Amino acid sequence: MIRGAALMAGKDLRLEWRSKVGISQVLPFAVLVVLLFAFALDPDRGVLERATSGLFWVVVLFSAVLTVQRSFAVEAEDGVLDALRLTGLSPAAVYLGKVAALVVQLLVLEAVLALAVAVFYDTTFRGWPLVVGVTFAATLGIAGAGAVYGALAARLRSGNTLLPLLLLPLLAPVLISATRGFEVGFGREAGPGWPWAALLGIFAVVYLTLGAALFRPLLEDT
Amino acid sequence: MTVDNPPGTARPAAGRPPGAGPVPAHTGSRATRLLGIASLVGMVALVVFGLWLSPPDTQLGETIRILYMHVPTVSAAYLAFVITAVASVAYLWKRTEFWDLLAASSAEIGVLFFGLTIFNGMLWGKITWGVFWRWEPRLTTTAVLLLTYLGYLAVRQIPSDRRTRGTVSAVIGIMAVVNIPITHKAVDWWRGLHQEKTIFGTVDPDMRGLQLFSAYLGLVVFLLLFAWLLIHRFRVAWLAERVGDADLDVAIAERRAEGAQVGGGTPS
Repeated sequence: MIRGAALMAGKDLRLEWRSKVGISQVLPFAVLVVLLFAFALDPDRGVLERATSGLFWVVVLFSAVLTVQRSFAVEAEDGVLDALRLTGLSPAAVYLGKVAALVVQLLVLEAVLALAVAVFYDTTFRGWPLVVGVTFAATLGIAGAGAVYGALAARLRSGNTLLPLLLLPLLAPVLISATRGFEVGFGREAGPGWPWAALLGIFAVVYLTLGAALFRPLLEDT
Repeated sequence: MTVDNPPGTARPAAGRPPGAGPVPAHTGSRATRLLGIASLVGMVALVVFGLWLSPPDTQLGETIRILYMHVPTVSAAYLAFVITAVASVAYLWKRTEFWDLLAASSAEIGVLFFGLTIFNGMLWGKITWGVFWRWEPRLTTTAVLLLTYLGYLAVRQIPSDRRTRGTVSAVIGIMAVVNIPITHKAVDWWRGLHQEKTIFGTVDPDMRGLQLFSAYLGLVVFLLLFAWLLIHRFRVAWLAERVGDADLDVAIAERRAEGAQVGGGTPS
């Protein structure tokens, strides 16, 4: 199953690398939103600095919706889903492969975004271990839930407009926990930060388990 | 062309002219009529006990009366979402229309009760805090979960074949229910930083006598109401599916007739 997942993830990443949709469309969008926030919240009044961690994760969530959409748009065309079933890969392997590819893409996006935030909002990233831990756990959770909802939205007629409504409320706990974790990491908020990372970890494990189990009916019902 | 009755209702009145179209029988039965009467009578009793007979609370004052409705509506809503999740699992397992429609009907009523919960929570907020909305943990959680289930209902609205609709909404029904405790935990910790008076939680009203009675009465009455609404909603959904089937049969029959006419080569 690991081999199947790796094949699947490799396929997705190769596709992404060659089409450059993520790099040429999603990344610029993310940076654009960073700029838009600066226009909306006067940069001279210190609002941006105080809100940085929240804004960072809001941008990640919006970009994740686009990335998930893209990830399943390539499968919905030309009956690729049927072809996938014919490969003999288990649905769980397909799911984990999709998640792995999403995680890699989101981590790249977050790295660029961190750079953009550091430059535009003058953020200094302190508390490295916590910030990195929170980022990994949150990204795993976003990708785990995103892959399930991407697959089911791809099956529906107006699925693309529906995906944000379905996915974003589900990810509200991730937004809360990741933002608080960053706040503690940045030293803006007192108190232990690791419980937030742990909550994100639980979220990720729960959704990866559910997703692996629920992907079979999603893939096989046509 | 006949319309099958939903499980548990009486057969349609005999003697309906054949071909009169799918005129469904009513969705009531003896049991649901009793249930309906019981919940209406209970509602009147709850109003009398909740608004007049029970005394105001020492801490919450008159606002305790909102609790007699708030706790029952939110409890019924959570029960509804658990039913949706269980029915969703059962649907993915058994693949029968019964479980699919039960999940959908329950979610719809859950959303209704969640909406009521937010509404009466906001009324409580206006009296207690002077504003309709504060980021009180319970209200915040409720709002997030309400949006989750609005997504579920939106999926049910999309025209698609029944199996796809059933599978997709079952997956959402299961994911959403698992998210309930996670959302609770995250919001609790988030708002735990600034503790304030909540509807129930930090302020635990010490209920006694008629107050306690009114609280339990509210719970029973709203559960009866929930059961009543759920059964009727389920039957309406069942009949709607049957009407869909009947329309399809009619359409097929018409096309066949057209084909026969063309094939028969009737002289013009």
